[in-house]
Formats: sequence, C-alpha cells, structure tokens
Amino acid sequence: MGERDDHGGQGVYLYAVTGDLGEDGRREGLTGILGAPVQVIGHRGLLAHVSRVPLDRFGEEPLRRHLEDLDWIEGVARAHHHVVETLAEAVPTAPVRLVTVYSGEEQVRGLLDRRHADFAAVLARVAGRREWGVKAYVKPDAAALEPGGGPTGGSAAGAAGAAADSPGTAYLRRRKASLRSRQDLWRAAAERAERLHAALETVAVAARRHRPQDPRLSGRTDWMVLNGAYLVDAGREEEFAAVPASFREEGIDVEITGPWAPYSFTELPAETHGDVPPEASP
Amino acid sequence: MTVESGRGAALAAEGRLPAERVALVDLLDRLLAGGVVVAGDLVLSIADIDLVRISLRALIASVREADVVGPELGYEEREHEPYG
Repeated sequence: MGERDDHGGQGVYLYAVTGDLGEDGRREGLTGILGAPVQVIGHRGLLAHVSRVPLDRFGEEPLRRHLEDLDWIEGVARAHHHVVETLAEAVPTAPVRLVTVYSGEEQVRGLLDRRHADFAAVLARVAGRREWGVKAYVKPDAAALEPGGGPTGGSAAGAAGAAADSPGTAYLRRRKASLRSRQDLWRAAAERAERLHAALETVAVAARRHRPQDPRLSGRTDWMVLNGAYLVDAGREEEFAAVPASFREEGIDVEITGPWAPYSFTELPAETHGDVPPEASP
Repeated sequence: MTVESGRGAALAAEGRLPAERVALVDLLDRLLAGGVVVAGDLVLSIADIDLVRISLRALIASVREADVVGPELGYEEREHEPYG
C-alpha cells in the first residue's frame, strides 16, 4: 500500500483490450464496476477499457476480505462481464482476467506498449469468431434402473440364486452390482464425452476444457462429463451447434451456452514466435 | 469464516440454485480461468485471483461437509479425469 498516486486513492481497473477502430471502439454510456463510467486509454493502435475503482475497496487488504463473499464476487463478475460483452458484440476483444487493477493510466499505457504484439496476436485470433460453451451430463440414477431384482415376484430368472441368500447377503450383492454398474456407466459416459469433445474440436478453431462444475454451485447433481469451451468461426456456428445431436440420442444431456466473449482463448502467446496453428489435435 | 459457513449452509439448504446462479458458474469458469493475465505495475497482483479459487473451494468443501449425500463415486472419478 506504499504509493498513492495522483488519483487520490483510486485505481484503474482494466476490463479488456481492443484494437483502436476509430469511434467504434468507444461505447457511450457504458458503465462498469460500482457504476463507474468506462473510459478508454489509447496507445499504438490499441484501446484499454478501464474505469476508476476506489482502492479502499479494491486494495489488496479489502480485496482479501471480499474474496470470501460470493455475493461480492458475483457483483464484480457481472459488472466485468457486462463491459466485456458489450465490447465483444461490436469489435474483436481481448478480455482481461477478473480484478486487474493498475495504479494509474501510465502503467496501463506501459502494458499496451510492452505487450503490443501479443495483444495484436490475440485480437487477430479471435476476430470473426465467438466462444461457445458445451456442457455434457449423464444421470447417475440411470445406474439404479437395474436394482438387482425387486422384492416382488417378477424377477423369475434371478430368483433361484437370490432365494438361497440371506437378506444381508442379497443386499450386499445388489449394492456391489449397483456400484459396478455406476462405475461402468461413468466410464461409458466419459468415453462418449471424449468423442463429443473431439467432434466439436473438428469444427472449432480452438478448444479448451474447464474443470467440471461443482453440483453445489451449478445446481445440477447429474455427472458433468464435459465442460468445454470452443472458439468457432462465425460461418461454422450452425455446423457446430448440430454436432451434439447424435450424442443426445446416446443419452447424454448436452447444453450449449453462449455466445461468449473469447474469455477462454486469450492466453498471450509465449515470447517465442508462437505461430503454430491450433488445429493439431492430439 | 462465518461468512463461509453461512453461505455454505444456505447453499446446502437450497439444494438447487436459481437460474441466475447457474449462469454465474459458467461465468466464473471463464473469469477465473480465462482472460488475459498480465503482470507488472499492478496494484493487485494476479496471484490474488488464486485466492478466489481457494476461497470458493473452501466454501464448496464446507457445503460438502454439511451434506454428505453427494455421489462419492462421481467425485472420485472426476478427480482422475485428465483435464488439459
């Protein structure tokens, strides 16, 4: 908390970087975190989209406390997203990681200067493309469809063996069978998810897998077998959206989200010449 | 601390979250694992973002403790999933 610059306890929150395409890059009336107006800092053909944030709320110490509060994170995340989304709808946009705060405009200009080529490369990569999310689930209770023989007289075939067992043995047998079938079900589902991901990759320009979402945060107790992000050419979106159909018939629940700003595809190229096309899939 | 357990209990009690939250989860995937990461001259270092993840994980863990009905098998298998 050493230096307090000339903004009197204000920091500069950076949302995204775009190319400077003239008036197009500036969104009139766009507001960000805490309702502050979004401003642009231009440098060498790039625009940094920023707003002022009070350091008594976005300094390191207050932030540490706030990070314990999901509601606070949600507020910041939605405000950040609103700015990024508004920009990305209009122009190629490189979103910046949540909560990136500089002490002043000079530092932001320094960033645009230092990483100019990298930002230009990211913007070129995402131009004319959008990110789509694909989430795939299977129902774990599908394994319970085969409960190992009910108490009623229907299961004649299994009744011979089961009749000899004590109730306890029969229970353990059923439980074991049920566990095994859950495991089989999981493996089969994971394998289908791999094929789905591979099929989506062939249409996408780039793909990335996020961690499976926790059921407590997603509200879904089904097994999440795929949480993918795909960067897709504007001209191939229909083709992309058609990929899951055959997998749905196999019993996977596939959800598509988006379009998103290209959040998942903004890794700055390494300092070496990173001109390898991303099409090589494993 | 108390915030976590309070929120955790609320989540556990709700069981299912409103649609608004579902979208938040998709958003957090992207905002916490995506976006350009920059360094240098920052008031806030990007390393702080890891705190968010840790914090949320702790929160989720506290929810799990309060409610052990979860599909243990599913979690286990998921841990072994190869994510690049």
